[in-house]
Amino acid sequence: MKLLRNLFVTMIFVFMAAPFVVVAGVSFNERKRLIFPPEGFSLSWYGALWTEADWFNAMQNSLVIALLSSLLAVSLALPIALYLWQRGNVLAKALFSLGLAPFMLPPVITALGLLIFWVTIGGSGQLYATVISHGVFLVTLPLVTISLGLQTINVQFLEAARVMGATERTVFRTVSLPLVFPYIVSGFAFAFVLSLNEYIIAYMVAGFTVETLPIKILNSLRYGYTPTMGAVAVLFALTSVLVFSLIARFGDLPRLLGAPARDAE
Amino acid sequence: MRSGVALKRSVLRKSGKLIPLYPTFFLVVFFLVPFTVMLAVSFFHRVEGAFFEPAFEFDNYLRFFDPFYLGILQFSILLSMAAAVLATAIAFPFTYMITRMSRKAQVVALVLLLAVLSLSEVIIGFSWSTLLSRTSGISNLFVSLGLLEKPTSYYPSLSAVLIGLVYLSVPYAVLVLYPPLSRLDPELPEAARMMGASPMRTFFTIVIPLLRRPIMSTLILVFVFTLGAYTLPQTLGKPSSWTLSVHITDQAIFQANLPFAAAMAIFLLVVTLAMIAVTSMLDKTKSEGDTK
Repeated sequence: MKLLRNLFVTMIFVFMAAPFVVVAGVSFNERKRLIFPPEGFSLSWYGALWTEADWFNAMQNSLVIALLSSLLAVSLALPIALYLWQRGNVLAKALFSLGLAPFMLPPVITALGLLIFWVTIGGSGQLYATVISHGVFLVTLPLVTISLGLQTINVQFLEAARVMGATERTVFRTVSLPLVFPYIVSGFAFAFVLSLNEYIIAYMVAGFTVETLPIKILNSLRYGYTPTMGAVAVLFALTSVLVFSLIARFGDLPRLLGAPARDAE
Repeated sequence: MRSGVALKRSVLRKSGKLIPLYPTFFLVVFFLVPFTVMLAVSFFHRVEGAFFEPAFEFDNYLRFFDPFYLGILQFSILLSMAAAVLATAIAFPFTYMITRMSRKAQVVALVLLLAVLSLSEVIIGFSWSTLLSRTSGISNLFVSLGLLEKPTSYYPSLSAVLIGLVYLSVPYAVLVLYPPLSRLDPELPEAARMMGASPMRTFFTIVIPLLRRPIMSTLILVFVFTLGAYTLPQTLGKPSSWTLSVHITDQAIFQANLPFAAAMAIFLLVVTLAMIAVTSMLDKTKSEGDTK
């Protein structure tokens, strides 16, 4: 039975990994062809990301947008999470739900709304429009992680600090903030990875002038395949694994995803 | 614990009196307003060569009711239903097995699932099209195993789109099922095992019935999730496999018909909200022995 179980779990992971094994393989091809197993071994397609201006430009756009928009998402999420934690009134709950909404809906709807919005007020085709759109769209992730982090704080710590004469600001800075900090970083990392990978909003808001890596890949797919796409796919997959490993390393990932708190195991 | 809650209230009341104006401003201006504008535009009149002019007409919604678009709607719904059933059927036993593993093994599994889940649909579409291609795809493996005469390409095709959608939604389904399954009281299946039921029988007669509500929620959420897929049908399918989401993008960008695209998006929004409402009703009436 245990054998059967392990076999099934392994099969699913093989299914999950299969496309990336092939893509990693083709990204090492020596000539500009997609052949697996690869003919020869070359890392030049990874170099193309730095040497070819249009790929480098797309990578730069992706990184700038991901960094700024996830910072924006965290800066929006923190006050809402704090307000909900401190107050828990109707307004706080409404704000929280509003923060969850962008993520519940099919992104194509949000994308079209933002396209029409930016076309109407001007700003369509600008980098800042993509940054703001991503920041608002991804606010859900830090909002969920930070709220979860605040719930784990033992209020008696706060009471103790207050009794000892600390001001509200000091309590926040020296007690609450350090306790939720790992959750803030997790939320930031989640948002960063998702912004990097997001296609439809970036495409509709500014895709024709601000090319990100996913947009660049889909645009180049129309003119044929190059191993550079494989290189990007591999780098993206590795980045995701790395970021989530770090989150798991510094936080309790199962609990973050809804398992009961860690007990003596 | 009552005193704990009271303490929390009294401690927290003393702090934070500010309504978070800055995030409220952002969410209202860049999320609520765009939706309102989109709703308005869905009633506007399309102007050839320009974008649109203000009007109040139902033409965009009526246009949706011709056989072509109704066919697309029917196709999208059937495709998403198929993907939801397959993904849930794979994800449920898989998640159950993961939650019975050690915490360390669970973390590894979750990291990999999150990594796949966060990947761009563009990258997943490209990767699968490579895996299903003639030159570098899986058919080469079948040839070397002697199962096939010569390599062939398995895409573009409807089954390629379906495989891609299932691939996309298995990690999502796992993460939806993970909380209820990891909170399932381990004593219940154990009791069944002690009474002499086989693991298979325990799974089918104890675990699945206990979790029928989370399973229903997962089916609906995966359905909504795949209904929003927009690049996989393009990269892995023929134009006949294009879904509603693809046509929304097509109308908005390539046909420059924003009012019609908006009307289709509003329609998709209504379907989605109805589905989410059903799910939250399922969650509210929590089943008897489900969690604790």
